[in-house]
Amino acid sequence: MAERDTTDPCPLPLRTAYTAQESLVVEDDAGNAEAARITTILEGMLVAKGLLAKGEADQEIEKIETPGLHLGARLVARAWVDPDFRNRLLADGKLAAAELGMKVGEAQLVVVENTPDVHNLIVCTLCSCYPRSILGQPPSWYISKTYRSRAVREPRTVLHEFGLDIPEAVRVRVHDSNADMRYLVLPMPPAETVGRHEIDLAGLVSRDMLIGTAVLQR
Amino acid sequence: MPLFHAGERIRVLDLGKAGHVRIPAYVRGHVGTVVQFCGVFLNPEDLAIGNAGGRVVGCYRVEFLQTDLWTDYSEYPDDTLVTEIYEHWMEPAHG
Repeated sequence: MAERDTTDPCPLPLRTAYTAQESLVVEDDAGNAEAARITTILEGMLVAKGLLAKGEADQEIEKIETPGLHLGARLVARAWVDPDFRNRLLADGKLAAAELGMKVGEAQLVVVENTPDVHNLIVCTLCSCYPRSILGQPPSWYISKTYRSRAVREPRTVLHEFGLDIPEAVRVRVHDSNADMRYLVLPMPPAETVGRHEIDLAGLVSRDMLIGTAVLQR
Repeated sequence: MPLFHAGERIRVLDLGKAGHVRIPAYVRGHVGTVVQFCGVFLNPEDLAIGNAGGRVVGCYRVEFLQTDLWTDYSEYPDDTLVTEIYEHWMEPAHG
């Protein structure tokens, strides 16, 4: 790998922008008061006209926000302890998820496996395609134009800003989720999985590992 | 039946279409290798204008060498990028 250009004219400290409590909605400095007012008025009108039941919008929002990381983490933990399940997950993510009672709402789920030779990174350059039905809503940096444009062009530099340095011998494989597929990274397992409970293993999995901007410290 | 198969070298056409085509500009005109046939889907070019009754089109995952996509790619020569290309944007590439 060539030397990193440390004089990047517009470095973005992606990692520092991330906290566990980050907001899912990107607001401007003034907040979203105007949009909130418009939404409230619109909702009131739709309810008054009988097009929307009272509370229906909140229920829909809850439905969108309910699936969280734990579903994706469960898929990964099962794949770590069950090689046959791992094979099925890599062959058809949606079918394998159904085995665990998970309904993947997206057209197809492509699971890409990190190995000692390949590190996978997911991005959607066009918008913010993300396997929401098993990971919940994407982090705000995933939607940012900076991440979307740079992840395909200088992935190792972006990963470095996330605190992740990929060795030269490991190929970085970027997946631009531009159309109908949705992607999940299958991270490398911890050094020892024998005798460990699946639920404990699932607890080791972070959202960023499933996007490819982090790895499990082994 | 898919027109292209895994391992085949293809060139992404540059059809010069505007609108919601879902083929990123940075892969147009470039040669890559088919990784997988993903099935058939409604054409986003139709869906974007509200036509949900158009013909379905095949979609493929295609892998490119980063150094082919970006002339100034300086990170590592084996790095690759995989993205989805609809069949009508692909032609066989020879050599």
